This record gives sequence, C-alpha cells and structure tokens, in this order.
Amino acid sequence: MSPSLILIQLLSGLAHAMVLFLIASGLSLIFGVTRIVNFAHGSFYMLAAYLTYTLTATLPLGVAAFYVAVPLAAASVGLAGLGVEVVLLRRVYRAPELYQLLLTFALVLVIADGVKFFWGSENLTGPAAPGLAGSVPVAGQLFPTYDLALIALGPLVAAALWWLFYRTRWGVLIRAATQDREMVAVLGVDQARLFTSVFVLGSFLAGLGGALQVPRQALTNVMDTSIITEAFVVVVVGGMGSVPGALLAAVVIGVIDAFGVLVLPRASLVMMFVVMAVILIVRPWGLLGRPPAQPRTAGGAIVTASALRVPRPWMAAVVALLIVVPPVLPTFHVWVLVEILAFALFAASLHLLMGTGGMVSFGHAASFGLGAYGAALCVTWAKAPMLVALAAAPLAAAVCAALYGYFCVRLSSIYFAMLTLAFAQIAFAIVHQWYDVTGGDNGLLGIWPAPWLAGPLAYYYLALASCGGGIALLALVERAPFGLTLRAARDHAPRAETVGINIRLHQWLAFIVAGFFGGLAGGTFVFLKGSVFPDYLAVPMSVEPLVMVLLGGVQALAGAPVGAAVYKLLDTVATRYTDYWQLVLGAILILLVLVFPRGILGVVGDRRRA
Amino acid sequence: MPEPLLRVRDVRKAFGGVRAVDGVSFDLARGEIRALIGPNGAGKSTFFNILAGQLRADGGAVAYRGEQILGLAPYVIWRRGVSRTFQITATFATLSALENVRVARLSHTGDSRMLRRPADGLEVERSLALLEQVGLADQAVRPAGVLAYGDLKKLELAIALANDPELLLLDEPTAGMAPAERGALMALTASIARERTLTVLFTEHDMDVVFAIAGRIMVLHQGRVIADGAPDEVRADPEVQAVYLGEEAWTT
Repeated sequence: MSPSLILIQLLSGLAHAMVLFLIASGLSLIFGVTRIVNFAHGSFYMLAAYLTYTLTATLPLGVAAFYVAVPLAAASVGLAGLGVEVVLLRRVYRAPELYQLLLTFALVLVIADGVKFFWGSENLTGPAAPGLAGSVPVAGQLFPTYDLALIALGPLVAAALWWLFYRTRWGVLIRAATQDREMVAVLGVDQARLFTSVFVLGSFLAGLGGALQVPRQALTNVMDTSIITEAFVVVVVGGMGSVPGALLAAVVIGVIDAFGVLVLPRASLVMMFVVMAVILIVRPWGLLGRPPAQPRTAGGAIVTASALRVPRPWMAAVVALLIVVPPVLPTFHVWVLVEILAFALFAASLHLLMGTGGMVSFGHAASFGLGAYGAALCVTWAKAPMLVALAAAPLAAAVCAALYGYFCVRLSSIYFAMLTLAFAQIAFAIVHQWYDVTGGDNGLLGIWPAPWLAGPLAYYYLALASCGGGIALLALVERAPFGLTLRAARDHAPRAETVGINIRLHQWLAFIVAGFFGGLAGGTFVFLKGSVFPDYLAVPMSVEPLVMVLLGGVQALAGAPVGAAVYKLLDTVATRYTDYWQLVLGAILILLVLVFPRGILGVVGDRRRA
Repeated sequence: MPEPLLRVRDVRKAFGGVRAVDGVSFDLARGEIRALIGPNGAGKSTFFNILAGQLRADGGAVAYRGEQILGLAPYVIWRRGVSRTFQITATFATLSALENVRVARLSHTGDSRMLRRPADGLEVERSLALLEQVGLADQAVRPAGVLAYGDLKKLELAIALANDPELLLLDEPTAGMAPAERGALMALTASIARERTLTVLFTEHDMDVVFAIAGRIMVLHQGRVIADGAPDEVRADPEVQAVYLGEEAWTT
C-alpha cells in the first residue's frame, strides 16, 4: 500500500467520521441526559437528508439553495424531535427501558414508511454542494473537495458544542444532569424543559448529519437503519453520554471502516462490531464514559407484576384444537400455522430471557439464525438426513449462545442488550460475507424436509411436536426452581446474591437454554421455507420476538405464543391490504407501550378479575 | 479462650480520598449480639457491605470460623453461613412471601438449578415454618410487592434465616418503622437469635433498641472503632459522648 493511498483512505475515513460524530454526539447526549436509547435517531438523519433533497430542488435561491436547505432541514428535524419528545417520550421516562426502546423503534417504522410514502422507494441522487463539487489533488491523488470541507467542519461543530457545554448555564445543567439526574432535579431545575431541549439539540445534530450527507451518497429507504447501528457502535465505544467520547470513537470507527475495506474487504462488515464487542467486554462503559454509579446485573425491572397463569382447561382446549383442526384447513392456512408455531417457540425462548430473567436481548435473532444455518449447513455440506439436521439446529445455537452468552451476562441492562446486538451482527456479517460456505446473501437453497414429512399436514405435526414440545419444556423450566431463581434474581439482584445464588451462572444457563430453543425454532422454520438467508440474523428478526412477547404479555410465558399468533396473523392480513405494514406495526407498538403495557393477556386477566 | 466466630483485622476501604473504613479490628464470639453504632457517614453500611461481599475492601483480613472470607463473592459468603438484611428492604417484589423464602431455601439445599419438578411443591413446610416464626404465615400467598413495610422487614428476616446461618448481619433492621413496631421486631429477632444460638451483628440508630438488645456495643466514627464494650461503659465514654454531642438519640 502506497503512502498516498494510505493518506487518501485516512482522509475519507475522517470525512465519514465527521458525519458519524454529528449523529453519534446527538444520540449520546440524549442518552446521557434522558437515559433514552433513541432508535429513531437514524430516522431523523434520513428525514433530514430527504428534506434537504426536496428543499434544494424547490427553494428559488439558485446556487445558495443547498446551503439554505441544510440548516433548514436540520432545524425542521429538530422541530420534529420537539414534537416526538413532548407528545410521546415524555410519557415513558419512568417506564422500564424496554418500553422506551420499543417506542423509539415504533417511530423508526412509522418514519420509514412515511419516507417511502412521500419520496418513494427508488434511490435518489442528491445535488452536489455548489462550489465544492469537484476534487482536489492530494499527494498525487484526487480527493473530493466536499469531503475536505466536512473534515474542516467537524472540529468546528465540536468546538461549538464545547462552548455550549462549558460556557453556558444550559451546558452546565446538561453536564450535571449527565452525571446525576436526581441531584439536578432536586436543585430545582425544570427537568421537563431540560429533557426537551436536549432532545431537540440531539435531533438537530442528527438532522445536520443527514443533510450534510446528501452530496456524498444516494438517498435510500434503508439509510436510517444502516446509520443507526453504526452510530450506536460509536456511542457505545466512546462511552454512552460522552460527547468527546463520541468524537474519539467516530474517528476510530471511521478510520477502521476506511482501512477495513482496503485490507479485509470480506470482513469489513464485521470489524466494527468486533470492536464494539471487545470494548464492551473489556471496558463496558466505553473509552471516555464513566462506569454507572450503581452497577446492575443483566436483569432489570421489566416485569413489575406477578406472574400470570393461564387456566389449565384453556390450555387443554388450545392444544386439542391445534391437533384436531388442521386437517380441515386449506393448505395455505396450515403453512401459516407452521410459521406461527416456529415464531411462538422463538418468542417463548426469548421470554425465558426477558420475562423470567429480565434480560432484554437485542440479538435473539442470533439463536434463530444460527439454528437455521446450523441445519442448512448440515444438509448442504454434510448431506445430513433432515431429522439429524433439525436436531443439529438447537445444538448449534446453544453452543454459540454458550460462547457469546458468557460475555453478555457480565453486563448490565442496556449494555447487555448492546452486546447481544453486537454478537448477532457479527454472526450476520459472517454469514453475509462468507460466500464459499454460507452462500452470502444468496443464502442456501433446497433445504427441504424428508419426503415423508414434506406434505403440509405431515410437516405441521412435526412442527407441532418440535415447537409445541419446546414451549412445554420452556414452561417446565420457568416453573422449576431454576425459573423461580431467575425471577428472584430479576426482582432484586443483590438480595438474590445474598441468598447464595450465583446470578451470572443462572443467567448464563438461561441464555444457553434460550439459545437452544431459539435454534429449534430456526431449524423448524428453515425446513418450512426450504432456504435460509442472512436476514434470519438481522436486526428486524431480533425485534419481532420482542414485540410478540410484549404484545401477548410479558408476565406469562403463554403471552409469547399468543403474541406470535396475533402478530403473524396481523402481518399476513395487513401485507395483503397495504404496502405500509411497518406503519401499522409502528402504530400497534405505540399503542402497546402507551396504553396496554401489559399486553393481551394482561388486559384479559384484568377483565376477568374485575 | 475459644476461637471467635468472626475475626476482623485492620479492614480498610477508601472512596477517592475519603477513608470510609479505616482499619477496623475486632473479634465476635459465638452467640454474641453486638451493635455497631455511629453517626451517619461513620462507615457502618460500607463495613457491612465489605463483610457480606458486596464491596471489595482495600485491605485487611476477615476470618469466619477460621477461614478467610474477605473478597469472596456474596453468594459464597452466604453459603458459608453468613446471612444479612439490607437497610432498604430487599425482597423479591413479584414473588409471593412463600416464594421469597422458598428461593432462599432451594438455594440452601443446592436445588436452585433444578429443572425436573415445579418449584411450587418444594420446601413448603420449611418455608412456611420460617414465615410462621416471624409471624407472616397469614401473608404467605401475597406478593412481596404489596406487603406492608413492617411485614417486609419480617419477610427479610425470614429470608435471612433460610440457610440456618450462624452469623446474622442486620443493617438497620428497624429503619423506617414506627417506634412502636421497632421494639417488637427486635424482641422477635433477639428471641429467634437466642433460640437458634445465632451470633448477631447489627447497626441501628434507635438507641432504645440498641440498649435493649445488644450485649456489647461498638462505636464507629470516621471509619474507626472508637469504643468497644458493655453498654454502660460505652455510654460513659467521653469520646463517644463528644461524637454524639447534640445528637438527639443519645438523650435516652
């Protein structure tokens, strides 16, 4: 590699780092003060990019249009942030973290479909920045002028933020709130206004990042999710709540990205997450963050109500129906039922973690996907018989869960979630880029059941046995002393430790069991579809079971299959009538979080008691 | 002289520049009920958290039945027979009172990872007996989250007794309770301790309680033990009086 090439790569890494810094600093700031992990941050970034595109085209200002459009778009997004904070987030500051996450995730879905609605799903090419359109020679190579301008702008923004934080009263309050929220509240500061202003500033920074990105890349519908994962990595690596940390981490990640593509093109996706995983393991609070004042274990206050039990006659009736009814159903419905069964087990396995254990995993797709790939690889490369491959699925997932779970259970709530996400993304990147073995994004095809199990009814009963049996086993686990102990550790970790419970060991075992059954669900699913793709390990696949568990009701294991059934039916029906399924799902989520936080079983249970 | 149950030597812990616990040493004999008192910020809770494993000490040694326990994880210390309660009641809110005790019992019998049987049928008698002993049998099926404060304190005591401990550490067992209830709870604690020949070390702000129960009192001030002796000796100690001067509690 020639020195000039290294310089060029370094510069382009720095240019990307500056955009990353804008977004990540806003995200970090919002987390530092409000403790909200704002998934919608990437959506604000995307929204600003599209707004800049439209404003530049419509403002009658000639060459100045772009330069007016950028601050205007960023300000509009800041304003949108104001609306979101006042109308939605303000209601959930006291709710368990999980509900806050789901609310911002719902916004991601709603904004994504909104962008699709207004701007369409074709890629759009943004305008060039007038006056900065060309390239300049740097060490004998051409480098985009605009990127140089970005590199210059980054430190200016950082300096402006520094001035804001260290030279204004508002900044002092923000720094104080980041360190000790309660104390600032006690001092008589109007917290509501502080939170709102921080959220607006954070959104504005995301908007600025998005607006400035327009000349650099085509506008797509997925730019929200691609940037948000990267921004999270930056925030976690830098230290959540630390703006200088965000700057440092943005430079590190930006440069690693730029050189990663050069040195190890096939591992470029995975590198960022490896960095995050290593940081989380070695220094969970990030490069420049501070350790939380009161470290917690992986568990958290997600479940605040006592466990809910579904009456036995109801269960027996459901099981009887599941056995008797399918032969009279149309084939399509039987296939839908199989899919529901697979997801019911997938959601139930997550319930063991988040409901019983209080450990919210953002990477449970890993178990599903690793199970699916485990089975598919057995079929493709070992020519294993179908039932052997199906049995391999949960084992593969459990072994992997044992490996990465060992590190995950060492972390507290949000860091636990982030590390599970990191490992799922690493698994995703590996299957996505290891073409020779996994087929990359072409996936693996032709993973069909044995002939005698290939008919809809035969496969249905196999799925009922594997998934229904899996759920029954999970029910036993949750009711056994092991499940009771997990609930105790979730309710009060220090107390559990002082009655002789090795919490990490229990949580690790729960992680492995959840991985096992998630893998079984993935194995059942792969033979239903006949193929496997990296999508099975992607973020949406981790979010679906989370939504299902909450939809059904997190206080009972039975909530998971109920939620899976309702979710999948809605999905099947809604996608038939509308292209905007994400919008529907987002609206459901918002309703769930704000109106029915205890899910379907919770509502039904309350009715019966009343 | 028989070997003490607990032998504490020169235990130290600093937070930044603040020496919260600054060289504490003492012996605790079997069957003793001893109070550890001192003004707010004297280092009592810090010291308790070090003993029970919640905090790591900067230095020193703690031998329990002749074995070092300093630096062990809280769950290991509990399994050796040292149990504790917390200043702010710590119970499992979504579990019933019975389940709260059952979790601890199952942990004690080594069954907390058992999978083959539902927990509901296990350790019922022993758990109920413990609830009975603290006077909570009629609350057995109610979730801890809805129990009255006084009942939570009793529940915590029942949980702490579940491993048949030899040494019981009580961190302000009556904090937050009405004065009338305090005496009753401590009388109950003392009678259980005598019945089971437990050794008890407790911190407490209510001097009525301290003098009614403790056979011996230690005074902690700025991380150091400044007095250690029978209640009357400690009461007469000029240094102790100076430390407590103006503190209302001492007027009893």
